[in-house]
Order: sequence, then C-alpha cells, then structure tokens
Amino acid sequence: MITYSKPPHPREHRLIFKNVDRQGWDTSIDCYLQDGGYEDLKKALGMEPKDITGEVKKSGLRGRGGAGFPTGMKWTFIPPNNTKPVYLICNCDESEPGTFKDRYIVHQDPHQLIEGMVISCFAVGAKIAYIYVREEFPQAAEILEKAIEDAREKNFVGKNVQGSGFDVEIYVHRGAGAYICGEETGLIESLEGKRPYPRIKPPYFPAALGLYMCPTIVNNVESLCHVKHIIRMGGDEYAKLGVPRNTGTRIIGVSGDVKKPGYFEIEVGKLTMRELLYELCGGPKDGREFKAVIPGGSSSKILRCDETFKIKGPDGSERSLDFMDIPLDFDTLAACGSMAGSGGVIVMDDSRKMSWVLNNLNSFYAHESCGQCTPCREGSMWMKKISDRIVDGDASPEDVETLESVAYQIDGKTVCAFGEASSWPVEAIIAKFREELVAETDPKNAEKPHNAESAAQRKFLAGESA
Amino acid sequence: MSVSPLQDSIASHETPGTKFFPPFEMTPELEAEIDERITHYPDSKRSATLPLLHIIQHKFGYLSAKSIEWVAKKLELEPIKVLEVVTFYPGFRQSAPGKFHIRVCRTLSCAMGGSGELMDRICELTGIDRSQSDSHHHPIAVSPCGRFSVEFAECLASCGTAPVCLVNDDFHEGVTAEKAEELLGKYKEEN
Repeated sequence: MITYSKPPHPREHRLIFKNVDRQGWDTSIDCYLQDGGYEDLKKALGMEPKDITGEVKKSGLRGRGGAGFPTGMKWTFIPPNNTKPVYLICNCDESEPGTFKDRYIVHQDPHQLIEGMVISCFAVGAKIAYIYVREEFPQAAEILEKAIEDAREKNFVGKNVQGSGFDVEIYVHRGAGAYICGEETGLIESLEGKRPYPRIKPPYFPAALGLYMCPTIVNNVESLCHVKHIIRMGGDEYAKLGVPRNTGTRIIGVSGDVKKPGYFEIEVGKLTMRELLYELCGGPKDGREFKAVIPGGSSSKILRCDETFKIKGPDGSERSLDFMDIPLDFDTLAACGSMAGSGGVIVMDDSRKMSWVLNNLNSFYAHESCGQCTPCREGSMWMKKISDRIVDGDASPEDVETLESVAYQIDGKTVCAFGEASSWPVEAIIAKFREELVAETDPKNAEKPHNAESAAQRKFLAGESA
Repeated sequence: MSVSPLQDSIASHETPGTKFFPPFEMTPELEAEIDERITHYPDSKRSATLPLLHIIQHKFGYLSAKSIEWVAKKLELEPIKVLEVVTFYPGFRQSAPGKFHIRVCRTLSCAMGGSGELMDRICELTGIDRSQSDSHHHPIAVSPCGRFSVEFAECLASCGTAPVCLVNDDFHEGVTAEKAEELLGKYKEEN
C-alpha cells in the first residue's frame, strides 16, 4: 500500500507520478530496486529492438513535450540504411510557461527516467544519450548524475548492460537559461556548443540529420518514462488507458486562479475541463468567476470559459461543445482551435485584465526570441512595445489592429515554431477579447508621440526649433 | 600581465559583488574536473563549451575575458566561438552578481501570484536599485553591500507553487512578498 504526503485526487491515475510525494520514497537506486525497478529494462533487453518500437507504436503514445507527435513513429524515421552513430536526447528543458511536470520526475524519480531512456536507446540503437537539463534545475542535474553513476555501478548503464552485449552511456548536459533550447533543433545546436539557432526542417529532421549530423531521437522526459510502462504492460494494454488516438495517462499542471493549483496525472480524454477545474482544482477563488484558460502551455491559444465551439467529429458530423465540456485530450482541444501542448493549464478569473496577461506573455517571447529570423526577432519586440502602450493607457484603437497584423506577419514565416508560439497568444487574445482591449484605448492617443525621439521630431516638423 | 584582446569586447565591469569572488585562475584540481567533463563528449570537444563555462562561472562568479580565452584554447576554438555563446545565453554573466544571486520568476503564473511585488520587496529590503536594469542588456542589479543581487527569470517551471525564485542553486516556492524577509534571513547570517 502506497501512502502519499500529498495524496493524489481519486480521479487521478498514477503511472508516471506513482512515486511523486510517496512516503518513504527517495532518489536512491536501492529504493527504486526494492520497488521492482529496472525489471522492465531486463524484459526489454530480451526483446528484439524493432519489437520494442512496435509496442510503442501499438501503445499510441503521443509526445508529451508539446507537439503530440506519435513517439513510436518518430523512432522509425531513422533512415533504414543508416551507418552513422545514433543518439538519443532527453529533452528536460521544461521551459514552456505553465508547464511543471518533468521537474517532479527528475527531482523525485530519476531512475524511472533512466530506465525509460536505456530501453529507448536499445530500441533505436543509440550508444550515447544526453539529458538536456535546463540550467534553472541545478539540483536535478546533480540528482541525475548521481543516479546515472549508481545505475552504471549496477550495470544498468555502461558496457554490456546486464550481459546483453548492449553498450550505452548517458550524460547530463546543462543548458543556460534559454527557452529556445526546448525546440529540438535549437537544443541540438546548444548541445554542439553553439548558439541555439534552430535548424530548418526539411532537411534537418533530427531523426535523419541531428546531433553532429547523425540520426538523433529527441523525446520529452515524460514520453521516455511512458516507454518503461508500455514495456511492462504491453502496447495493447497501455492503449486501453485513455481514449482512442489519445491513449495513456498524462500529467496536467494547473496554475493561476483556482483554489487548489497543482499537478494531476489523468487518463487522457477521460476528464472534462469542468471536472478538472471544479473537482480537482476546487473551483474559482471565493467570489470570483472563471474567465479564460490557456490549455496547454503559454503558446497554446487561449479559450474563453463562456465559449461554445462547433466541432466536427471523425465521421464529419458537426456538434456544439461548451468550453466546460471539452475533454482533456489532444484532438478535441485541436478541434476547438487550441492545443493540449505540454499539459500546462493556466487559469484566469474575472479579476484579470487581458491586456496585462497579453503583455506578460509578449515580454516573455520578446526576451526569448533567438533572433535568427527577422519576423520573430522584430515582431516579438514590437508586439511587446504595443502591449506596453495598452497597459500604460497610451494606446489608440488602431494599436490593437496593428498588434494583430504584426502577429499574423510572424506565424508561418520563421524557421521554427517559436513564430507560432509567440504570435498565437496575441492572435487568440485579440480575437476573443477585442472589445475589452479596445475599451482600454483612446483615439486621442493616436496623436501622441510614443517616445522622446518622436516628440522632438514632431516639434521639428511643426517648425518649432528644438 | 598581458591584456586580454577580448577585454574590450565584453560587458565586464566592477560591481559591489566582485569582492566575493576570487579572480580567474586555473588550478590542477579544476583542470582535472574540466578534463573529465570533456570526456562526456567523445564525438566533439566543442560540445563541452557550455559545461566548461558553467564550471568556471560557478567558481568565479562570472566569465571574465581571460576565462573565455582559456576555454577557447582548451577546446581549440576561436575565442569568438565561446564569446558568442556567453553573450547569447541569459545564464552566463560577464560581471559579478551578488554573493547570493536571486532569480525571481517573472512569467504569467508567478506574476499572477505576485512575483512583481516579491521583487519590489526584495529590492526594498536589500537596497537594490533596479532603475538601471533592463531585461536584455543589464538584467542584474547588485545591492550596495554586494551580498545580494536580483534578476527576473523567465518561467522557472513551478507554476503551481507561484511565486517562486532561485537563490544561487536553492529553489524556493510559494514566496509571497510577505515572506521576502524570512527568505533573505536564511542568507543574511551565512558568511
């Protein structure tokens, strides 16, 4: 019987977070082994690598980092005639605002990740793997290095793992505080010791041309942990969790204006927004009402809590769906015009001004744009300048239109998805809260200069000497 | 002593925190640690750029022109290849922070939880003036005594326990402005 210092909600289904907040649990390998740890690796080493990939494909597992791409399919993109070394990279850059799940895995259950990684390395034929840990997790880097060392001592990592003839080394690589390193090709550049400017796809799909131009599989922490459970349960059995096309469990992190924020591991698609926000998170704060929700990390498009969506089913039939009835899966959120992303749910109540929310996010993206592509580098900064004006009360109604047009000039025009990540919040907030934003503006502000330089220029043009 | 040719290219200046960090000097122990770290990248030494910079910054507080040149030489790179890494990543510094560097999360969930107020309170208690700071070029502000410095960080990935901050390598959660004094107290007595 497992007891927890912070007991999971009865609606949760704990697989990945089984050991998070578990009483008597620590990060040592002995603790992990006593709990049956590394048995799934032993099982996997007795299988054919292609059969492991087959199980992962059968499981229907979709990447938990943000894009929701099928993990097993990603693995099969390694060119079949490949003769170069293959690398596996665990993406532990967890930097999408609103996301806080990998933090608990790497701080509390490092061996689960290592076991999942070694199985995955064996499946794809990688002999060297890196865990790219964001710089802001200094303790996690230490915990992981210690865990790898202990796993090597017990021969779960290193030469001839458990007598299988398979060699694998895992190293921890720390980032240095840049959001763009969560983008897989930016991460690879960073791991090569460079500025993390993302590479253009095609041709640089990591599975074909990744680290050192060799085939490289980049998977999120949570996705790699799921691999271990897929091997234990079998792909078909795992696929019974969740709903079709949206299988397994996933960790949802709720933050912002709810009574009880936190992390919840749920079966994908088995809970609705209403159940998540009211049952698991205790509803809105006293005297408040829910206003808007960002459902999958700050880059996903915001949804109004009073919205009704018209969505098409797989058979082409149309139905309407209220926001609160949206099931928490990948496909329905996409049909509603947003995405499940990284599982980071940010909730705002009626005390929040959307201009302030927008400006906070614009500041984030202006700071984190890597600067490689002009539309994103310039656009993210201009979007921040305009939203600065809105929150300062210096904006005119046309500023809202300009802001919107800047956003639409970024997305689809950049090397990586940061372009979409930075412009979607602006596009969605304006589309859904246009009246509120315009109400904060004043047509008279169109006449005002925006800075000292333009004030001087106007004086000059008006014929007044400076 | 020779003047480093990189000296003019880096944004290094004296801060009240400088006195808490030793000047850059390579020792056999440190070089052994660095050599071991380089073995983690058997296919390309250049990959060790970030880890080496971390090891040096951790010990000397910031990355001086000399240390950047040392890393370049060690990895057989042109110094610009290291400098461009240092200037890109927010996690690398060219001047000394305070003895205790506080990074307060600025992003949405923490901002909703009051991280702006937390930053203001920390500055009030430590006498830090952030008026000359900006997020891109001068993110760090140091207290007059040099013991503390502050910087806004982007999402520290603990949105459910907002507001949060890092003090050197220690993570603190649920730090509302009312708890700022208690937080600083943990570091005031420590020498």
